[in-house]
Amino acid sequence: MMEVYLDNSATTKCLPEVAALMTRILCEDYGNPSSMHRKGVEGEKYVRYAKEVIARCMKVQEKEILFTSGGTESDNIALIGGAYANCRAGRHIITTRIEHPAVLQTCAYLEEQGFAVTYLPVDANGVIRLADLEKAMTKNTILVSIMHTNNEVGAVQPIEQAGELIKRMNPNTLFHVDAVQGFGKFKIYPKRMHIDLLSVSAHKIHGPKGVGFLYISEKAKVRPIIYGGGQQRGMRSGTENVPGIAGMARAVEEIFADFDSKIDYLYSIKERFVKGVSAIDGIRLNGPAGREGAPHVVSVSIQGVRSEVMLHALEDKGIYVSAGSACSSNRPSVSATLKAIGVEKQYLDSTLRFSFSLYTTEAEIDYTVKCMGELIPMLRHYTRQ
Amino acid sequence: MYRSFLIKYAEIGVKGKNRYLFEDRLCDQIRYALTRCEGTFEVTKSQGRIYVNSLSEFDYEETIENLKTVFGVTGICPVVHVEDEGFEKLCQDVIGYIDRVYPDKNFTFKVEARRARKNYPKNSMEINCDIGEALLDAFPALRVDVHRPDVMLRIEVREKIYIYSTVIPGPGGLPIGTNGKGMLLLSGGIDSPVAGYMIAKRGVRIDAVYFSAPPYTSERATQKVLDLARTVSRYSGPISLHIINFTDIQLYIYDQCPHDELTIIMRRYMMRIAEEIAKKSGCMGLITGESIGQVASQTMQSLMATNDVCTLPVYRPLIGFDKQEIVEISEKIDTYETSIQPYEDCCTIFVAKHPVTKPNLNVIRAHERNLDERIDELVRTALETDEVVEIVYR
Repeated sequence: MMEVYLDNSATTKCLPEVAALMTRILCEDYGNPSSMHRKGVEGEKYVRYAKEVIARCMKVQEKEILFTSGGTESDNIALIGGAYANCRAGRHIITTRIEHPAVLQTCAYLEEQGFAVTYLPVDANGVIRLADLEKAMTKNTILVSIMHTNNEVGAVQPIEQAGELIKRMNPNTLFHVDAVQGFGKFKIYPKRMHIDLLSVSAHKIHGPKGVGFLYISEKAKVRPIIYGGGQQRGMRSGTENVPGIAGMARAVEEIFADFDSKIDYLYSIKERFVKGVSAIDGIRLNGPAGREGAPHVVSVSIQGVRSEVMLHALEDKGIYVSAGSACSSNRPSVSATLKAIGVEKQYLDSTLRFSFSLYTTEAEIDYTVKCMGELIPMLRHYTRQ
Repeated sequence: MYRSFLIKYAEIGVKGKNRYLFEDRLCDQIRYALTRCEGTFEVTKSQGRIYVNSLSEFDYEETIENLKTVFGVTGICPVVHVEDEGFEKLCQDVIGYIDRVYPDKNFTFKVEARRARKNYPKNSMEINCDIGEALLDAFPALRVDVHRPDVMLRIEVREKIYIYSTVIPGPGGLPIGTNGKGMLLLSGGIDSPVAGYMIAKRGVRIDAVYFSAPPYTSERATQKVLDLARTVSRYSGPISLHIINFTDIQLYIYDQCPHDELTIIMRRYMMRIAEEIAKKSGCMGLITGESIGQVASQTMQSLMATNDVCTLPVYRPLIGFDKQEIVEISEKIDTYETSIQPYEDCCTIFVAKHPVTKPNLNVIRAHERNLDERIDELVRTALETDEVVEIVYR
């Protein structure tokens, strides 16, 4: 049976060369970058090189890259560290209703700590309106956090315009962007886009799990939230995850080589899938179509078939997809993002997310569409009445 | 300080000439539970008592926790041994014991000595009085109460002298292996693991059957049932869990029978299949977590309709329990947290909005005739594709 992995927004397979590099570092070049001897210097070299690669692809300085354990930690440092470092200037934060829980739950924590948070609504495509952002900004706003690409429906936010607006209204307000889904799919240049803080995770771009980074503009004031031995200039103590960091850098190099044609390929895969499923009865696509949305995420609602059942039926055919957002999908609850973009009640529990990678083939897409065409009528027949 | 445990057992003490069988099973079960603990132990039976002696370093808390999973144990008494070096020395040892175990001395006590070694110079009564006096002298805040003491201090004179005063309650029941084996219908909900626990507590070995319905139920739902079986097996000993793919049967019933009777007819087939496996694996009864009136399929009419297909007895230990009482036991045996994970089980996926609550047996039987064409073959396939997982708690 064909195995088709279409859950690349949840995680991606690690590239073999990344795994090989990491194995070498784990077993041979295992020195601690803080050690003074040669073995330590060797470890440090990997970390330096990784900084170089990552800084170059975003046109930022190497010292502006902070290595973390992944997207969630990056979001936590940006929000908690950013809020506390600037709380004397005000205690107001702005974010959106469709953020990842790593942002929403951190904001909920900050609300408990006495910060006020405004949650911006989105339109039917899952995109914020700049007018709402403008209205929400006050002189007390110290931080705005907007995700680059939504993980559930692939909506892409007007980051550059938002950045301009924020800085025009208050140059001291920090602008954080959760780019866990957007990095490696779009060209993101923090300086041009007025981004102060940017969160990225390695395992969404064929790197290893458990590692990511936070871009922190040299101008941004952020307080550490983890204390200890003072590694990474005290911003995040703890021995650097050298194999993870080096593996991530290797994955970044790979994705940015011949970037445009890779993205064109992803969009062609998305189009092929959209065209195929659109021919099936009772299907509704959520989020922006074509190049307005992300190249790798398609949200599909299937009338009369519960997403959990459809997911397992596809699994039976070797096709792996996600119901709602995978990070929260073992606790089936109604998706806040789908609600926020106005998906009708009857579809909320019937929505699947298909997410592609550069290694998804046309044959896999065709097989998936064919299986869906066969399964949906059968599954519609057997429903709870 | 403690080197051994005296194991108390109540009910098996009265089993007449079979008594040694029960005691031997209990020793076996205690040894089995102790294999999960750090250290080596010796379990001995002498003069109507069971002792667990540690032969090495051991973890007190861990040992107690595991002894508490052995059915048949009503109490666990941590015991201190001392050498017989004269009565004066014994008084000092007892004073030291009381001092360490009870930092606050404001309580009443009674000494109860037992002189198993009859050549000891003092008789039991004398030991009681003299130790009591020594304690009162040492700790003036202590008071004697021979009727309802706060602390019952027991002294047993054998080769060595044993001192103990605390009884940690055990689960009670009868040792596993003193009765037959039962087939538990395990669903993944709160009730069925508790039902399995309750029957196992009467000394019954447990096997289990779970009905999965892919793609309507997920692999995580199966994992949840494996986790529950594992927790139950902590008490019941190893469980053979049969996983039956029920999808085709369920869909066929869906196609052929009235929708509001789906659940009842489905449950009749579950009972038939469970009974088939039960008979093959030497089980003497089915075990379910049903409780009268809890849901539509557990009214007396519904229970009668499902019971109708069984020839083996169906044990329903929760039949008179309220939900809250069942929840309390599930929390105690640590299945609750697993049971409430939100994975759908096959009983709920096609449940009708208004299922029948008072099914008429004749009507149900008549509608089941609609299944005649293919049902036997589907049941046979389900039985043939039975996947068996051996569950052992380590």
